[in-house]
Parts: sequence; C-alpha cells; structure tokens
Amino acid sequence: MKLTLVTGLTGLILLATIIELLRRRQLREKYGMLWLGVLVIVIPLALFPRLLDNVAGMLGVASGVSLVLFLGIVFLLLVCVHLSWEVSALEEETRTLAEDFALLRAEIDAERAARNELVSHDG
Amino acid sequence: MVNGKRVLIIIPALNESGSIGDVVREVRGELPGVDVLVVDDGSTDRTHAVAAAAGALVARLPYNLGVGGAMRLGYRYAYEHDYDVAIQIDADGQHDPRYVPKLVDLLDDTDLVIGARFAGEGDYNVRGPRRWAMVMLSAVLSRIARTKLTDTTSGFRAANRRIIEMFARWYPVEYLGDTVETLVHTARRGYKIRQVPVAMRRRMAGTPSHSPAKAMIYLGRAFAVLTLALIRR
Repeated sequence: MKLTLVTGLTGLILLATIIELLRRRQLREKYGMLWLGVLVIVIPLALFPRLLDNVAGMLGVASGVSLVLFLGIVFLLLVCVHLSWEVSALEEETRTLAEDFALLRAEIDAERAARNELVSHDG
Repeated sequence: MVNGKRVLIIIPALNESGSIGDVVREVRGELPGVDVLVVDDGSTDRTHAVAAAAGALVARLPYNLGVGGAMRLGYRYAYEHDYDVAIQIDADGQHDPRYVPKLVDLLDDTDLVIGARFAGEGDYNVRGPRRWAMVMLSAVLSRIARTKLTDTTSGFRAANRRIIEMFARWYPVEYLGDTVETLVHTARRGYKIRQVPVAMRRRMAGTPSHSPAKAMIYLGRAFAVLTLALIRR
C-alpha cells in the first residue's frame, strides 16, 4: 500500500510539472504531448502495479513490474537518441546562421572601407 | 588574376595573431593579383584586426565552428563573389604561396588539386600511429580517387568552380571531415583529384603535438571518420 502511494504520488507530481511547463510555454507542444502521453500510461500502472502481469506472463516475463522497467529503459534510450538527432539538426542550423552572419559582416566591412576610401579621395 | 583566373586565397585562422599578418603579407607579395580572405573562426585574440591591417578581406565567425565551418564560409564567399579558383592555405605559414600558380595551372584539367608533403619535395616526416593513419588514409583514398594521394590531410588545396559550388553547399564540420570526408565525397561524384608535391616549411608560430597517446587517438578517429565517410551517401 505504501509503495502504491509513493509511485502514484510521483506520477501525479510529474503530471503537474509537465502541465505547468506547458502552461508557461516553456516546453514545445511536441515534447509536452509526448510526456503527457507517457504519464497517462504510467500513472494507472503506478496505482495498480499488477495491471500488466497478464501481458508480462504472455511474453514470458516473470512480473509486470519488470516489463515496465524494460520498456521504460528502451523508451528513454529512444528519447535520448531523438534528442541527439535534434541537437545535431540545431547545430547545423546555428552553423549556417553563423556563416550567414559572418558573410554579412564581411560585406558591411568591405562597403564601409570602400566608402571611407572615397571620402578620403574627395577630401 | 593568375593566368586569367580570379583567385581567392582562403585562410582559416583560430587565434593566429602571431603569424597571420606575415602570412597575409607574404601571399599578397608573392601573388599581387589575388584576393585573400581570412576566415576568423571565433578567435579570442586580435586575429581579425591583424589580418585586416595586412590587407586581407576578413570574415569573422561569431563563435568557433572548426576548420570545416570556416572553410564552408570561405567557399560560400568564393561562390557568391564569383571566383574561378579558391585556394586553401594554413594560417601558420607552413604553406609556401609560391606554389599557388602551379596548383592553379593544374586546375585546367583537374577539379581539386592537393599540395602534398612527402611527395618528393621538402623534408617532413612522421612516425608511429600518426604515420599508420596517414598510410591507411592514403591507401584507401588513392583507390577511391583513382590517383596517387600521399598526403590526404593536407590543408593546402585548390578548387575550381564546380568544386567551389559543391563545397559552398556541403562541407562537413566534423573532425577530419574537412580533409578526409571531402575527398571521399568529391571522388565519388566523379570529380578529378590530383596531388602535386610541395615543400612544407616550419610553422611560424605554434608547435605540432607529439604525444603518443594523442597519436593513437588520432589513428582511431581517422579510422572512424574514414569508415563513416565510406558508408555515407
């Protein structure tokens, strides 16, 4: 009973955190929805840990809890890979921006130098 | 102008205020008709100011991108300003600008020309894992490019219009990607690559690393980069 209280409360606190982050627009919707979806699955399991025992038995896993643990790790791994992928894409984007910025700055410098030269010739 | 071609010398530089001024002045002295673009790769010293004072065009990146990032910026500049030839030279003064006309001449029937050490001219030698890495890279890349390449990591190369256009769009930013991966990519697309022997000089500033552990890491990374380049499209 105590364990159910701990896991259930943890799930509810996580749910509140995600909703609050979404409410403050600190999380992009795609990530917010992902974590909300996860919590919708996890909270019932936290309250009733034996829910998955039947499925686990069919797959040859001794207990539903082990199955949740396994699936959880696989899921987190996939999320990490996805985030690495996103970061790579972001780095490519910022790289292009940095290059654009440097090109523009070079352009402005060249124009300014040309103008100064004109002025000094006139004077 | 070198032999009727508009030539841009691209010099990627990171904290090279000690040598960049002399390198720029030397290039401009030896090759009066060419433009010199120094790409300041997010230096924290006065590299950009020293380069500009020496008469170079300067493109200054807001933060450090690595040689690959600096070089793509250089090729984008060459592409947008319609240069016929883009030549990459190191900022530490180890490349002799007097070889530039030789490289430009070869671009008539080649797309990418590499100025290679250990190809007969000059004295330069390495040992241990670094040497193994170079042997491995040159063996594999020579096969792919169907020409003898002995110094695949050379930062002294000349590109014609077709290569400039390709590199302006695509240039890897990862470690060794700027040398090894670009060669694989270029050769696979049917462009002609050739190397010419050039003598290298001592660096004007800075020292190369000689730690054996670093050399082993270098070998491992070279192998990884090469394998990745080969399985990529």
